[in-house]
Amino acid sequence: MAELTKKGIGGFLARQGILVAFVIFMVGFALANQRFLAMDNIFGVIRSSAILGVMALGVTFVVIGGNLDLSVGSMMSFSTIVVLDLHDKIGPTLAIPAMFGLTLLLGAFIGFLVGYLKLNSLIVTLGMLSAIHGLTLTWSGGKNMDIADKQGTWFSIFGQGDIVGIPMPIIIFGLLALVLGLILSKTPFGRKIYAVGGNGQAATFSGIPRARVVFFTYLVSAFCVATAGLLQASRSLGSQNTVGQGYELEVLAMVILGGASLLGGSGTILKTLIGVLIFGFIENGLLLVGLEFYVQDIVVWAVIILAVWLDIAAKRGRLWSPIA
Amino acid sequence: MTDQTPVLRLEGVVKTFPGVRALDGVSFDLRPGEVHALMGENGAGKSTLMKVLGGIYDPNEGQIYIAEEPVTIASPMQAKARGVVFIHQELSLADELSVAENIWLGELPHKSFGRVDWKKLYDETDAILKTLNVGFDARTRVGDLSIANQQMVEIARALTVDPRAVIFDEPTASLTDAEKVVLFEVIADLQSKGVGIIYISHRMEEIFKITDRISVLRDGGYRGTLNTAETNEEEVTQLMIGRKLDLSRNESHHELGDVALEVRNLSCGKLFEDVSFSVRRGEVVGFYGLVGAGRTEIAETIFGLRDPSAGQILLNGEEVRIHSPMEAIARGISLVPEDRKGQGLVLGMNCRDNMTLPQVDDLTAGPFVSDGAEVAIFDQYRDKLDIRTPGWRQIAGNLSGGNQQKIVIGKWLSMHPEVLIVDEPTRGIDVGSKSEIHNLIRDLAAQGYAVIVISSEMPEVLHVSDRIVAMFSGKVMRTFTSEEVTEDSLIQAISGLEGDKVA
Ligand SMILES: Nc1ncnc2c1ncn2[C@@H]1O[C@H](COP(=O)(O)OP(=O)(O)OP(=O)(O)O)[C@@H](O)[C@H]1O
Ligand SMILES: [Mg+2]
Repeated sequence: MAELTKKGIGGFLARQGILVAFVIFMVGFALANQRFLAMDNIFGVIRSSAILGVMALGVTFVVIGGNLDLSVGSMMSFSTIVVLDLHDKIGPTLAIPAMFGLTLLLGAFIGFLVGYLKLNSLIVTLGMLSAIHGLTLTWSGGKNMDIADKQGTWFSIFGQGDIVGIPMPIIIFGLLALVLGLILSKTPFGRKIYAVGGNGQAATFSGIPRARVVFFTYLVSAFCVATAGLLQASRSLGSQNTVGQGYELEVLAMVILGGASLLGGSGTILKTLIGVLIFGFIENGLLLVGLEFYVQDIVVWAVIILAVWLDIAAKRGRLWSPIA
Repeated sequence: MTDQTPVLRLEGVVKTFPGVRALDGVSFDLRPGEVHALMGENGAGKSTLMKVLGGIYDPNEGQIYIAEEPVTIASPMQAKARGVVFIHQELSLADELSVAENIWLGELPHKSFGRVDWKKLYDETDAILKTLNVGFDARTRVGDLSIANQQMVEIARALTVDPRAVIFDEPTASLTDAEKVVLFEVIADLQSKGVGIIYISHRMEEIFKITDRISVLRDGGYRGTLNTAETNEEEVTQLMIGRKLDLSRNESHHELGDVALEVRNLSCGKLFEDVSFSVRRGEVVGFYGLVGAGRTEIAETIFGLRDPSAGQILLNGEEVRIHSPMEAIARGISLVPEDRKGQGLVLGMNCRDNMTLPQVDDLTAGPFVSDGAEVAIFDQYRDKLDIRTPGWRQIAGNLSGGNQQKIVIGKWLSMHPEVLIVDEPTRGIDVGSKSEIHNLIRDLAAQGYAVIVISSEMPEVLHVSDRIVAMFSGKVMRTFTSEEVTEDSLIQAISGLEGDKVA
């Protein structure tokens, strides 16, 4: 059995499992297609990753706190539809805060069920996935939602504008990552999330209000979802009811790919960013190489599983181990 | 017995972790039919050595011989197949499974078509349990057992093969005296069958009672082997920590202040009933009793983890109702819990963050946690408690058991509580640090703290307490002052026997 903890090249590679997989793919794509490493392509990848990336930031909070959030996809559809609908009814200035308020309300409800009533987060958010989808359809009456005057609204700046040439979605994503990263790594609240997710009982014994901490992680997640909804709506100015469908799993994969444990207590915003970028670049690379989208799906998930396995192997020092 | 081939021999074993040389060229041998003690301070490398033997860690250098045959052990299964079995320091049982399933996990007896042979399973398990003399059977769910009984399950697991060598890593840390007697009988029985036994413990009485030879580790290095019959506690301690210790009873008394904590007729269902006592500033009150006497539950009630069904708690003469640890901490109560892995530590978090967890809200500079303030606290208590770790960034789960315990103690001492409750504070702690912690408890009292010490170790209670509350099955039997207490009267009180109530 290979000993991977030893010094030397092999050990180093294995310890950086996910990054290594990433680099191999990058080099492969770059060789296969010249355009891959072009500046505009790189910007394009980050930009198109921004919406999922923003959601991944929030889910990172929930996962570190020891829970799951599978409702983010359908919640994002909800936010998008709501803000588009209200845009024409009450104007963008009011529509945006109203949409944030409603989305946070949904987050608070989930946080209440999981945090205070201590219901299983998998069940709760899986249920909410369907329930919120129903809510969205009720709101829209099942129809696609479009802004009437697509040319005349300033609402498009979030998704389409730029500052000194940097697209707004990237700026918003970056700023949010910075703020949430600081909260998570530097504030008492961040510390408490790690404690609650790492060992809830020990956290309680240390006087940390476990329920409240879990509640707030879901609020953070809902805030991120609302931001993602805003970006999506502002970019397309019209949307189907199912725009966020399936995003919950991709987002979760990004977070786990970055190295957060599903058991809670570990992960960072920086790692999640790496996970987001890996995901984005692999998808983009496969697209440039010209694979059909259904083949892409297979490859993407194979890469994820490989990377996660390498990562676990690195942690325990062996490729395979009879004990955990 | 001296010139038999050793069942197990180690030569120059080295194991390093990032920043730590946990084993530094360790060699020793285990003879058939001997009980060989392995001693050393917390973090000396005892558990690591056992994990190398058990195939959990690969050694960086060195050779292991089983019956003089060089071997590499790549997994616990292989170790077991070669007749080397382990009772680990940290229990590793599946709570939801039955005793029998836990014992035979991975090798359940089968009938045709892969069906488990339940009858055979239960019969064989019950046969093993019978030799251990325990009060539960093969079908009991492990989660329903006390820690002590779970320990017995671990031992039973080791007896499913014909072992050549059995290794016990601090098996008695959470056993009662009666259970220890059973354990020692099991060991004597194995010994008479020619099995070699490695016995790791910090308890000198036990070591001198049951072992034949003592090997000492210090900072990962091998310090020598002594014949138990030809040595004494002082020599062993000297070898382990390089100095002598004060093991006397508590004689010093200082000025007592006002009553800081008073408990009146407190009950919590059947867990404990009608408990009354008080603790003054500057006083250490010891709670002594058997495991299950309700001492931990009283502490948890005072700390807001349980709601009392009757009675009052008074702090500084004022009645308080405490509903959560948060409230208890705000009122100046600290609890060092009994189960360090479950309740004391976030194992995946670094040492510093664990230590400052209860006060992280107060250690801020602007909106952020102040790194400097945290490191200062960590450094102070690392030095005070002599915590062995390469640095504060080390993950708590990577520390040795005893050093983990010290992190928990540091965490609560650094809160400067008015009332400090410590539940089994020195479980798994080496003799040197133990006396340091005892001195620290005395010091804290001298500084005016009110301290409650819950312990199942009589020498500990006698050593630190000004008064001792003896409990039996949820009731206070008697309260002793340190002048009047004798070992006999204490044993009598905690066994529930009616003592002479003259005093
Ligand atoms: N997985 C690990 N990663 C890093 N360091 C480790 C790891 N396991 C053990 N160590 C370090 O190795 C040293 C020896 O630890 P070990 O658990 O063997 O001590 P011990 O003698 O069993 O102590 P105790 O009496 O407290 O149980 C310690 O300094 C510990 O921090
Ligand atoms: Mg140990």
